[in-house]
Amino acid sequence: MSGKVFKARHAMGPTVRGPALVANDGFSARYDLDRIKGVFSRPAHKLAGQSYVGKILVLDTAKGGVATAWMLHEMKSRGIVPLALVLNSVNPILAQGAALGDVPMLAGFDEDITAAIPNGADVEVNPQMNLLRIV
Amino acid sequence: MKLDDEEHDILAGKAGPVPQQALQHQIKVGDFFGAEDFVPVTQAHIMADTESLGEAGVVWLEGLAAETSGQRRVRIPTITDPRGTDFAKAEWLGQTAAMVDLERRTIAAFEKLGVAMTNTCINYQTIQPPTRNEHTAFGDTGVVIYANSVCGARSNFEGGPSALAAGLTGRTPRYGFHLPQGRRATLRITVDHTPTSLNSWGALGGVIGRLAGNYWAVPVIEGIEGAARSDQLKHFGASMASFGSIALYHLVGLTPEAGRLSDVASPDLPSHRVTKADVEALQKSYHTDDKVDVVVFSAPQLSLYELGDLADLCDGRKLSVPMLAVTSPQVKPDSDRMGYTARIEAAGGSVLSGMCFYQSYAREISEARGWKRLATNSAKLVNILGGYGYRPMLASMEACVDAAVSGRLERI
Repeated sequence: MSGKVFKARHAMGPTVRGPALVANDGFSARYDLDRIKGVFSRPAHKLAGQSYVGKILVLDTAKGGVATAWMLHEMKSRGIVPLALVLNSVNPILAQGAALGDVPMLAGFDEDITAAIPNGADVEVNPQMNLLRIV
Repeated sequence: MKLDDEEHDILAGKAGPVPQQALQHQIKVGDFFGAEDFVPVTQAHIMADTESLGEAGVVWLEGLAAETSGQRRVRIPTITDPRGTDFAKAEWLGQTAAMVDLERRTIAAFEKLGVAMTNTCINYQTIQPPTRNEHTAFGDTGVVIYANSVCGARSNFEGGPSALAAGLTGRTPRYGFHLPQGRRATLRITVDHTPTSLNSWGALGGVIGRLAGNYWAVPVIEGIEGAARSDQLKHFGASMASFGSIALYHLVGLTPEAGRLSDVASPDLPSHRVTKADVEALQKSYHTDDKVDVVVFSAPQLSLYELGDLADLCDGRKLSVPMLAVTSPQVKPDSDRMGYTARIEAAGGSVLSGMCFYQSYAREISEARGWKRLATNSAKLVNILGGYGYRPMLASMEACVDAAVSGRLERI
């Protein structure tokens, strides 16, 4: 294995690889997304207007309410879903949503993961090993 | 996770496939957070509006409800958060037949699972508030933060699938706010001003939520004078949970776990000061227009007292823009009996029941009705609706009613 790696304390789901979409901002499917168009839609969000579909989202923390627990599953059913979620910290809702939607997720790093991963980097999420790797 | 004999039996499918699937889901979440075992819970509260579920979520629920072998019904009192519509007002809201049909299918599935369709996000005011140290599995962040903070109960945020799982198994993974160590304060806030209006309580909650920043943070707050009312803490907590994903706060001398600061806080906590100017700045930051297309009172649903206040403000007025007041199915009949509904509707407002505005296809309502500039006294609602294409503005109930009359929102 090559490339810089980051160890996560919490992990769930299968291994995936793809482009990272990075911002030091929060995540809530209800508050932040236009789930029909597949873009961040809350004007104040640092990723406003950008597509999240097929991206490995690297963000700071879970925000907002409980709807994400259902919404990841619904987004997955239409294929309008992030490839994986990587966060400095999560709340139970994101974990519950990732569990129902089978979306890979890593959380809890020793450094600010949003500062460590360049936007657009090719990254691998490996929940079995609790690892995030820049390819 | 360590499982007891009953949990081993459930996992082995001895109670049937529905609780088996529920426990598997709970173990996945419990393992993720390092829960050592399960804790029995007494009540569950499910957030499951169909905008969130979509067709996929409804089909998933119907699959559980169609199961004929083993236990299919919930084991503990299990109730619901608001639905995605008020069936009596769906057409007026511009909701489609497909949306309403999805709601009906969801209700039918939940009823087969033994869930009581209370459709309320203020169950702590209308159904049964939990007691201190009662372990629950509540959905709706506003419900959780009120139950944890004001009642001293113990709940994590339980999204719809997890709250249903808790109802079906009668337990939930023991982590986070079920553990005493998770309830200790992590930051100290001193406020220099005690709000009076609901919107100011909400704005204060929003400022503190932003400062606290994440689910595991627990603010302990000093400087609140007098005793806050339930509706004030309802808006305060719902907004804090919305802006910061916060599930528990302590008010020194007021909430049950914080008789003294030292009961919940160590001396070396990071501390912050929140001023009246901070609260006003948050409110002003949303005032982006002077005209309004619609006024909404919702999030959380209104109590009988709030509806009474609104009725007083509507007397003798004629509204020029739509004004919605959303309450629970438990409060609505009393509002009707007391004449509040009639007085609000005589002025041109609408009282809706069993839904909540942002959980009811808010984007599609905006497009169908041409509503963009929205005034409300709910800080939670302004935090949410930006993502739905609205320009939400936060003001007092009085100013919002004035705006509904004139079509213009006065600057504070």
